[in-house]
Amino acid sequence: MDPFLLEALVNGILLGGVFALPVLGCNLVFGVVDVVWLCYAELVMVGMYAVWFLHTQQAWPLYLAFAAALPLVGLLGVLLHLIVVKPLLGAPPINQLLATGGVLFVLQGGAMLVFGTDFRSLGVELPPMEWHDVFVSGTKLAAFCAALAGAAALWAFLKFTYIGIAIRAIARDREVMPLMGVDPRRVYVVASAVGGALAGLAACLLVVQLDVHPFIGLSFGPITFMICVMGGLGNMLGGFLAAFLMGLIVSTGSFWWNTEMSYVIAFAFFIAVIFGRPRGLFAR
Amino acid sequence: MEEPALVLEGIRAGYGDFQALFDVGLRVTPGEAVGVVGPNGAGKTTLLRVISGMIRPTRGTARFGEVDIAATPAHELPASGIAHVPENRRLFPHLTVEENLKVGAFIPSARKRFAERSEYVFNLFPKMAQRRHQLAGTMSGGEQQMCAIGRALMSSPRILLLDEPSAGLAPIVVAQVFELVKRIRDEGLTVLIVEQNVAQVLRVVDRAYVLDAGRVVAEGASADLAADPAIRNSYLGGH
Repeated sequence: MDPFLLEALVNGILLGGVFALPVLGCNLVFGVVDVVWLCYAELVMVGMYAVWFLHTQQAWPLYLAFAAALPLVGLLGVLLHLIVVKPLLGAPPINQLLATGGVLFVLQGGAMLVFGTDFRSLGVELPPMEWHDVFVSGTKLAAFCAALAGAAALWAFLKFTYIGIAIRAIARDREVMPLMGVDPRRVYVVASAVGGALAGLAACLLVVQLDVHPFIGLSFGPITFMICVMGGLGNMLGGFLAAFLMGLIVSTGSFWWNTEMSYVIAFAFFIAVIFGRPRGLFAR
Repeated sequence: MEEPALVLEGIRAGYGDFQALFDVGLRVTPGEAVGVVGPNGAGKTTLLRVISGMIRPTRGTARFGEVDIAATPAHELPASGIAHVPENRRLFPHLTVEENLKVGAFIPSARKRFAERSEYVFNLFPKMAQRRHQLAGTMSGGEQQMCAIGRALMSSPRILLLDEPSAGLAPIVVAQVFELVKRIRDEGLTVLIVEQNVAQVLRVVDRAYVLDAGRVVAEGASADLAADPAIRNSYLGGH
């Protein structure tokens, strides 16, 4: 096989792994709280700045900066829920969208005020790996492994803990939960914290690959939501698979044509999907 | 600890402008099995929903032992010993049997006793043990009803509320469900059961209330009610 095509395929899978985390986070929050966090990519952006700031400005070791980003963005998720989402829980969905969309601009503007519009780079890079003429970025590979580990940890949390099982239950039947002694409002807070922490983990994986700037969210936010919808909003497994599909479309698209066209193809594919399967590719 | 009694007095409740219950009084003493029977739309489900805190009465008092039901958030009532098997079971079809039981054991006191309680439930319903890793939604209606009862039993309740456990089940399965209810009450658990299947339920309960259009129109020992010609004509199909 053409080593460049093989490289594109490998990169597509690696990219899918990075897409997967914000998709899982968004789907988790939507599935439980029934609200779309339009500012999800901006939570990731805040996490990226946090890692950059702690590592380059405060001279924290990188692993400590990473370790701090998860609870920090998790806390941000909780605050977002308590301050913005909770008062609007009974409101029409459009109000909730407008409110979390407003937070998007607040976070963008805030980042601009605090950090300016400069592109900030972490300046870390792992050496590339070579295998039969196929070069793979070591950084991307490490990020991919961390993304898979994060997804596996989320799976174990949802599968084996009482609160995790309650999260999966509440996504299906909210009203019956109090009969089991479950306070839905508490589950919402937990889901928001986990959704935020996933954005924090995504931030760690992206900040080693991309320079951070206040508008970085725009470069992966739209595609995140697209993948969520394509996999079926709230469907964790569907979103996870769709993330890899999208990663492959984007990277092979740039192999056949170029990077710009690859996103055009990705969006065209998305439009075709929502016409053909409006409830998502993996809807049962 | 002395087992608490369930006491309802002058309960009025409804949905918005629609009033479903008019001054309903009811008492269940510890160890008793009590039925609430009556036609469709009599307010039976509403009554159970008041007891498990899912709706608030607009008037009247509802107490379970020392607990003021109307003043306690619904999600705190399971910890005080109330377990409600809701209408249509409301299982989580996409979770396994065991995961459904885990949701039933969510409260801290139940988590500690999960192994012991699941053994009790599997002993009561051996079929659930075989199907513990099966998705609940793929089981038959009767099995789902058993799973729903098992889920409620996971919290070690002191009163079990059952809403139409026979609904939608084949007659032979209905008989099995009532047999299980009988076993549960024979073990000393207090049971309050709401049913349209009057003839069957009167065989497993000690006493029953007849609810019609939101009011208690009769009450008494089940044998007396079953023998009462007026009750037989109105609610037992006149046999």
